[in-house]
Parts: sequence; structure tokens; C-alpha cells
Amino acid sequence: MLYRENGQFKTSYADDQQLFPIAQDRWSILALTVFAFIGIPLLVDEYLLRAILIPFLILSLAALGVNILVGYCGQITLGAGAFMAVGAYAAYNFHSRLPGMPLVLSMLLGGVTAALVGIFFGIPSLRVRGLYLAVATLAAQFFTDWVFLRVPWFTDHAASGSVSVSNLQILGWQIAEPVDKYLFCLFWLTVFALLAKNMTRSAIGRQWMAIRDMDVAAEVIGIRPLFAKLSAFAVSSFYVGTAGALWGFIHLSSWEPAAFSVDRSFQLLFMVIIGGLGSIMGSFFGAAFIVILPIVLNQFLPALGRLVGLNISTAGVSHAELIIFGSLIIFFLIKEPHGIARLWSTGKEKLRLWPFPH
Amino acid sequence: MKSIKLAVAGAAIASLLSTPNVIAQAKEQFFPVLVYRTGAYAPNGSQWANGYVDYLKLVNAKGGINGVKISFEECETAYATDRGVECYERLKGKNGGATLFQPLSTGVTFALTEKAPVDKIPLITAGYGRSESQNGAVFTWNFPLLGTYWVGAEVAIQHIAKKEGGVAKLKGRKIALVYHDSPYGKEPIPVLQELARNHGFELQLLPVAHPGVEQKATWLQVRQQKPDYVLLWGWGVMNSTALREAQSTGYPREKMIGIWWAGAEPDVKDVAEGAKGYNALTLQHGAEPNAKVVKDLRELVYAKGQGTGPKEDVGQVLYMRGLISAMLGVEGVRKAQERYGKGKVMSGEQVRWGLENLSLDQKTLDGMGFAGVMRPVQTSCLDHMGSSWVRVHTWSGSKWEFTSDWYQADEKVLRPMVMLASSKYAEEKKLKPRTPEECKK
Repeated sequence: MLYRENGQFKTSYADDQQLFPIAQDRWSILALTVFAFIGIPLLVDEYLLRAILIPFLILSLAALGVNILVGYCGQITLGAGAFMAVGAYAAYNFHSRLPGMPLVLSMLLGGVTAALVGIFFGIPSLRVRGLYLAVATLAAQFFTDWVFLRVPWFTDHAASGSVSVSNLQILGWQIAEPVDKYLFCLFWLTVFALLAKNMTRSAIGRQWMAIRDMDVAAEVIGIRPLFAKLSAFAVSSFYVGTAGALWGFIHLSSWEPAAFSVDRSFQLLFMVIIGGLGSIMGSFFGAAFIVILPIVLNQFLPALGRLVGLNISTAGVSHAELIIFGSLIIFFLIKEPHGIARLWSTGKEKLRLWPFPH
Repeated sequence: MKSIKLAVAGAAIASLLSTPNVIAQAKEQFFPVLVYRTGAYAPNGSQWANGYVDYLKLVNAKGGINGVKISFEECETAYATDRGVECYERLKGKNGGATLFQPLSTGVTFALTEKAPVDKIPLITAGYGRSESQNGAVFTWNFPLLGTYWVGAEVAIQHIAKKEGGVAKLKGRKIALVYHDSPYGKEPIPVLQELARNHGFELQLLPVAHPGVEQKATWLQVRQQKPDYVLLWGWGVMNSTALREAQSTGYPREKMIGIWWAGAEPDVKDVAEGAKGYNALTLQHGAEPNAKVVKDLRELVYAKGQGTGPKEDVGQVLYMRGLISAMLGVEGVRKAQERYGKGKVMSGEQVRWGLENLSLDQKTLDGMGFAGVMRPVQTSCLDHMGSSWVRVHTWSGSKWEFTSDWYQADEKVLRPMVMLASSKYAEEKKLKPRTPEECKK
């Protein structure tokens, strides 16, 4: 009833091709963004910001990057954690070795370095595909793990191999309080998500999708696989790399290579698969599912247990969390193999007809 | 409909999260407990956690800290840094504010070292953590009580020298370090390198990737290069794997010395006879099933069915480590009460003062039931470690037995390194070390 586009006439191509053609969508997204920028900092407490929202924002960005490569270009990668690590350590080195380096610039350079490394490890994609490519990108993961553990130069010869940053600021704006960190991440994510959305609608995004759907056919109609695949690797790694820099600088502020282990790569791939391949929205859903759900379960279960007079042990909660989380993944994959994003759009379709479905 | 259901569920979850979790509770000192009872390191982590929680229960059973009861809550980190940080954020403000944190992981310690000064909550890392945090002038909020990995490394070499018949005999010897490839395992390297330079022995570094079940290549290297001694800086399943590999390559277990994380029952139990003769450093205590405090626990906690873990584990090495860690925290609170008011709930800042002025002499320790378990601990503003006493114990095939006298780490070697590393940290962070005047406040 409310969600209906009757009476919204498009009189120009620009109207027809805009990001959110339906007015309700446009306004609700805008309202959500405004709420995220103004409402949330006023409403939520420090715990929610630091432990849930900031990791959610950063991993959404990373999932977005992985989605560009896996969802839009069809190249399976298991090296996302590696590119996060490259981004984080490159940004760290730019930031600590060059005095007076602005924070944003060193993060962007971290992203660029990750993009270059991504192109390098993307070269096998020109020859192998599917699961074989996944294995090839896994090499990136082990290689970076090794490099950052073994080559002391990258960690500024820290004895323990752990690096840390502090006194972050942009033009005098100290990023110390959780609210500042949240706003910084949110701003970063908004800019790059908008960019990604537009990229996937433009020529380059269409090239990626053509390669994904059938690379031989794409080549026949004049798309260069080399350019399309490597550009997807570069853009994806750039996103993932800046997310890694944010993860290290903003979220952890002191980290070791284990923060970007192969588990992280799997986690990011699962986010994209569960959230929805080839959907910007899906990246957010996936990140929310994987970041927030376990923590909510972890806090919710003891409370639930107390409600029925049951005292669940810490280990019990942890095990139950894994069991429920695993079953939910299976449930979603069976009910909706195209991810939560598809569930969302089906919901929207139904809402259009509500309350008179035919 | 689905989206409506989702929205309702979402709202329910949101309301659950946003309910104010700070409920003022009357006069209870809140101890958050970061544990790992699941994951690769669970067998070791749960023993520590049981000991920690049991001691808090014991204090309550005895009437609390000068009448102030202790409340506590566990949070599972699974030894992952990001989950540890989440737990810290979750618990730091609960029940009137956290007294102190004991992260029980080097990775989490590094992350929290950046956060604790902002939140003004002390971190106790009894026997682990960053070694340079001994310098309380720079690391105001870190307390590596009862020794660090640097202490362990230094004493390990002392012990080897003694066995060989003097420091001079170390020249030309080969000592290998088999370590967990993480900040934890890398911590002793600088000290060992320094000592290798001083004494003229050759140091071989053999890293093992997490979690440490794959060590064939490492022990092949050991077999080829035949080091005179092997130091084992392992954790969890890595230790028993290392001992099995040593057994199969025929490396004498008598020549192996582990750090205290590699010297507990779960590490050797499965290898049993195969680990016979294997040595481990203990930062003070070993397995203490006959200590008075353990007897108290059996009487006042376990006899009433309030014990946290299985009864057989009480008094084992890691259990005792958890217990002593809790005791140090509780004593910090007690000391703080002496200054800020007996029978009151102490804030993190006040507890920090207490920990910094901890003075547990032998009489006090004996009185608390730690006779034969511990030696005195005395902290100060500049020394947040308080003690560097170490003993070596050896696995007999069925239990751990002490086989050495007390050693004390050589301050002449360690102090300059602590000062150097901590001043580098201060420089990086643009921190001003506290002056002696500021310490008195």
C-alpha cells in the first residue's frame, strides 16, 4: 500500500537511470544514511559503537570488495584476508616511515598497494578458473602470512611482530573517541559504497558481469578478458586493502598477522555468499549476519537460559552459538541460495502487491 | 510478511542490546573474566579459567575483600584478538565498572594495552604479555606480575649453564628455540639473542605455525643440526605434538626446556612416558595439590558443590596459574582499600595504585595458604613485575616434580633491555614517562 510506485512518472533518461528509481527507496535510503550519521552517534552507547558497529562497517567494506570480484566478475578468491593484510601493513609503513603523512592518504596508498598485489595474484585468473583459481588465490594468503611474520622490515623490526598506531588525526580532528572512529568509518564506507554501486552500473561493471556470465561470449563481443579480470582484481583488492587499513588503524590499533588469517578470508567469502553474490546490498546483509549475529547470540543465550531457569556455562554458550549459527547458514542457503539480498528483493516485490496479492 | 517478521525480530534484538546494562549493584567488586573454554587452546584455557573463578568464589566464601563481595562474569574469547576486544568492551562498564582485566593472550594484551589507559582499567598479565611493560613509568596500566617471557628466557639459559657447569661452558654450544609463530612465541627472541652474543652460544630459531600440529619439518631440522638444548615456546596442542616429534626423532627429552605455557598437565598427559624427563620453567609455582589454599578450596567451595571444574583438576599447574592470577588481583584491591577506605568498592584507578604498591611478604603469603607455592612479590612504580623467581620442574611420567632450586633472573641483563624497549614505545606513542614525583601521587 505504502510501497507503490504509482504516479511516479519518469520523463527523462536521467530519471529512469538514477540509482534508486523508486521514490520510497530513495527517501528511505537517504533517511537511513542521515540516521546513521546523526541519529546513531546520539543514541547508542560506546559498547555498541566499538564492538559491533565499527567492525560491521569495516567488514562491510571488505565484503563489498570481495563481492566485486566474486559476485560481479565471477572470480572466486580465498585471498581476501591477504589483501586486507597488505592494505593494513602498507598503510602502516607509509604512515610511520614518512613523517607528516596524512592519515587518509596513507590509507589510500595502502589500498593502492593492495591493488597492485591483487593484480599480481590475479594473473593466474587469466588461465585458470573456478575452484582452481580459489586455490591459486589461497597462495596469496599464505604468502602474505609468511611475509609479515618473517620479514622484520614490514613490521618496523618490532620484536614481537606486532605493530601499533596511535594519535590518528585528520586536519586537527583527533580520531580517538569511538564516535569519531565510527563517523570516519561510516564516511569512508558511504563514499566507497556509492562509488561501487555506480561502478557496477557503468561500462566496467557490465564488462565484469559479461565475463562472469560467459567469458568466451564476452570475448567474442569485444571485451578484453585481461583488462576486465585484472581490473576487477585491482578494484576489489583496493576496497579490501582499505578495509584492512581501517581494521588495523581504527578498530584494533595494534595488530599481528593473525588478525588477517585465512579464517578472515573464508569469513569474507561466506559473507558474500550468504549476503548475495552480485549485490551491493548483499554485502551489508552478509557482514551484518556474520559480524553481529554471533555476538547477539552470545549475549542472548545466557539471558534466554536464565529466563527458563537454566544456567548455561560459557563453553556451552560458545558451542550453542556455533551450532545455531551453522544451522542458520544452512537454512538460508537451502531457502534462498541467492542470499539474503534476494530475500530482500522478493520481500519488496511482495510488498508492492500487498495487501492484494494475485 | 517475511520482512515484517524480520523487522520485529530486529526490533526485539535492538531493544535487547540497548537496555542499559549498568545496573547499580550494592557494594560488589566486579571482576570480568576473559576465558577460552573452546577452540584449539581450550584444554589449557579452561583449567586457568576454573582456577581463576574458583579463587573468586573462595574469597566470597570467606566473606569477601574486607566485606566487599566479588561479582564476576565470564566472556569467551576463543583466543581470538577481535573477540577478546569485543569481550573487553562488553564487560568494562558492567556492574559498576570492571576492576581489572586479565586477557590471557598476548594478542589481546597488545590490543588492550592501547585501550586500557583511556578507560583507566589495569591489565594484569601474570607471566605473559609484553615484557617491556615491566617499566611502570611508561606502561602505567600494565602489570606483568610474577615475571615475563624475558625472565623465562634468561633463567632458561642460567639453568642450562648450571647443568653444563658454568657460563663459560656455553661457548660454542647450540641452543634451538622451537616457538609458536605469534607475538607470544617471538617475545623471548631478543633476550636469547643478547645472551647468545654475551656467552657465545649459537641460537637457532625454529618457528611453528599456529596451531602447531604440523612439526615434521621443524624436528627434521632439529635432527640434522643436533642442538645441545631445545627451548620450547609452545601452547596447547603444539606442546604435545612437539614432545611426540621429539620422541620419534629420538631427541632426548631431558635436553628440552619449556616455558610455563608448555609445562602443564594437558601438555604431557597424552604423551605420558614419552615425555619423561622433559623440563619446564615455572614462574614460581608448579602443580600444588597439597597447598593449604587448595585444601581450603576443596572444603569451602568444592565440598558444597560450587566448584567450577572437575575436582581432579584442582591444584594442577594451569589451575594454580589461574588461581594465583586471581589472588594477585584480589590483593591489589585489598591494598587499594587500605588507602582509599576499607569495605568500599574500588575503581580501576584505585586498584591500579593497589597493584603498584603490592607488597606480599612470605608471612602474608603463608597466611593465605601459599606456603611453598610462592615467594614474595613487591611491586613499585618503576617495577610492575614484582618478582622474578623461577623454578624448573620435570615430568616424571605421571606428575610434575621440582628438580631445581629457585633461580632469579639477572636484572643486569634484563633491566637495560626493558628500559630500551619501553622508551622506544614511549617515543612512538609520544608518551611522557612518569617521574618519581608523579609516582607518589
